[in-house]
Amino acid sequence: MKNLPLLFCGIFFAMALSWTGLILASQIQFGNLQPTTSTLVNAEGELIAGTTYQVEGPDGKRIDVRGDHAPGEPLYPQEPVGLAQQGKQIYIEMGCMYCHSQQVRRKGFGSDYERGWGARQTVPRDYILQDRVLLGTMRTGPDLMNVGDRGISANDDWHHLHLYNPQITSPGSNMPPFAFLYVVKPINGEPAENALNIGPDSPYYPGEGMQIVPTARAEALVAYLRSLNLRYGLPEAPIIEE
Amino acid sequence: MSSALASFYTTVTGRTSDEPQTLSRIDASVRGSALFFLVSGLLWLMAGTLLAIMTSWKLHSPDFLADWEFLTFGRVRSAHLNAMAFGWATNAIFAVGIWLMARLSKVPVRHGGLLFIAGIFWNIGITVGIGGILFGDMTSVEWLEMPPYVAPLLAFSYVLIGLWGVLTFRYRRTEHVYVSQWYLLGAFFWFPWLYLIAQTMILWVPARGTVQSITNWWFAHNFLGLWLTPVGLGAAYYFIPKVLGKPIHSYYLSVLGFWTLALFYNWAGVHHLIGGPIPVWLITAGIVGSVMMVIPVIVTAINHHFTVVGSFRAVWASPTLRFVVFGAMSYTLVSLIGSTMALRDVNEVTHFTHFTVGHAHHGVYAFFTMIMFGSIYFMMPRLLMREWPSATLIRVHFWTCAIGIGLMIFALHIGGWLQGLAMNATNEEGNVVHANWVEIVAITKPWLVARSVSGILLTVGHFAFFLNFFWMLWGGRRVLYQEGPTLLTPENQEGGARA
Repeated sequence: MKNLPLLFCGIFFAMALSWTGLILASQIQFGNLQPTTSTLVNAEGELIAGTTYQVEGPDGKRIDVRGDHAPGEPLYPQEPVGLAQQGKQIYIEMGCMYCHSQQVRRKGFGSDYERGWGARQTVPRDYILQDRVLLGTMRTGPDLMNVGDRGISANDDWHHLHLYNPQITSPGSNMPPFAFLYVVKPINGEPAENALNIGPDSPYYPGEGMQIVPTARAEALVAYLRSLNLRYGLPEAPIIEE
Repeated sequence: MSSALASFYTTVTGRTSDEPQTLSRIDASVRGSALFFLVSGLLWLMAGTLLAIMTSWKLHSPDFLADWEFLTFGRVRSAHLNAMAFGWATNAIFAVGIWLMARLSKVPVRHGGLLFIAGIFWNIGITVGIGGILFGDMTSVEWLEMPPYVAPLLAFSYVLIGLWGVLTFRYRRTEHVYVSQWYLLGAFFWFPWLYLIAQTMILWVPARGTVQSITNWWFAHNFLGLWLTPVGLGAAYYFIPKVLGKPIHSYYLSVLGFWTLALFYNWAGVHHLIGGPIPVWLITAGIVGSVMMVIPVIVTAINHHFTVVGSFRAVWASPTLRFVVFGAMSYTLVSLIGSTMALRDVNEVTHFTHFTVGHAHHGVYAFFTMIMFGSIYFMMPRLLMREWPSATLIRVHFWTCAIGIGLMIFALHIGGWLQGLAMNATNEEGNVVHANWVEIVAITKPWLVARSVSGILLTVGHFAFFLNFFWMLWGGRRVLYQEGPTLLTPENQEGGARA
């Protein structure tokens, strides 16, 4: 093997093969997915389970036909708008993704479902409207795919306290505090409407006559977190009912 | 330009029959640029180490340095990764890779000045990029955190440097092509494609949905597999026979090892998305690629370790081989663990945990970085025509790094495994055992503290290396007048070690 062109061809095709097989093939298979209604209908307008239904073909064989959008139903996924979209930028620049994933594995593989991280697994279609996909590969903290719609975290105030210092809501957490996204300022007359609710017996109490107020960035980040939800089903991944 | 390229190496006067003279001419031809890359790499190593300690500390003591936005965990962690991957590792590759390629091709590198200028721009790009990460322009795309505005500068300077490696091979003056040259050539070709495709499909013209994630892991895993690994293996293939003065175990196996690596490593990256929102056939393809990696790994292991067998005294006496053989042994181990981690049943536990972080350091540090340390111990005396000033500092470097990285891998593997079990555990009613997440954090904390301790050991080792390196560079009295190589066990010189 001492011929440069030949060596180069081998080196080139080894990589070209994997690029074709993994990336180009993915792009062809699901690079053009579109939003859809949670359930699909057949030609008669009846709801079907899954993405396809069967009809009898001309030669008597059963063939699969793709269902249509249910008329009048909203299309999913939906694009985060306004403040939530701005908040995603804060999420990105702070590197939240390095401890929090945004993907729910199927029921039976890991305990994502049992943890209440989502009532169904996530599928490629859930991510098609995101210009930056933040799947994440680390769970130093919990998954956030559904955090805006889940238990105690379905609440703006909880998120603000948690971001200001995670020890307030989750003692023992190793998440860093984001106190720099908040300002401590004197109360002029009435406390601000969005001031954090931290009482005098808390070690994080800002002092008499003082209040802790979220900056615009903190408000945006919380709006983004609250926008994350898996409330909707998709034809290929319906909500698991119990 | 084309005539300049054509006359690139026309004035080579060294005769191949006169090897020592040719080699010293070649060493002299890369001296300036190689030293620049080594100094830059070493400074990045120190910066990356500082960032690493901060990152590690924050993970068990989250209030540490928490008031400064630019030092928040997500940013220092990413700055650390980029300082190490693009600053330290890539500068080391530029130095060691170009020098090795020139030596093996038996031609001096011409126009080293251009290489030097490209190197300056590369390092400016990294500096701006890491500044961007710390001050709010991070992309949150794994292994591509640097803001997109530095990518053109990085790509352009890389192309110049990579081209030098390829051209050096093109104008080689040898009949035989050695296995290290294939690895280096492969790396110099693969890296720019990986980088440009990933930049384009994720940041410039983002692909739709999770096609981005597949591209991301194709890039990130191949950064290790097709950039760091081939250079690490190529260096091991050079230094083990070179220092021991005996041929590599099997030429045939080295051919097999190279081509199976080129074919299978490419596909392995998808194993980072097992269970994720992508079609299952892609995941299966990734698992197959990962498991097939056992072939090149075993083949390379046979070739490296069988060459070493019987010469352990010489390995122990030579600073170069102590590090290189440590790295080669780590490569075997880390790769076999990696193939195992790609199996669905194992991945169900290790995915999303510190186990993966430990595995990444096993590869990038215990394998790649240790081999680069060894290579630099061989290169520097030949570039500067003087010896390493302190054998004690080399010993400190070796022991702190060997023990430090061993401790880190152990702590993160155990801690990560326990973390994975705790995250998945359900009781008989089908409810999770650790519903309160903080319980899982508590399980990992002692192991995260152990990792910080291992980081302190590595820091000590890096300081020892740093001190020895600059002491040598600036040349104290002792450095200039020492005769014979600096060995770690001088009483064993009959072992045949040459460095």
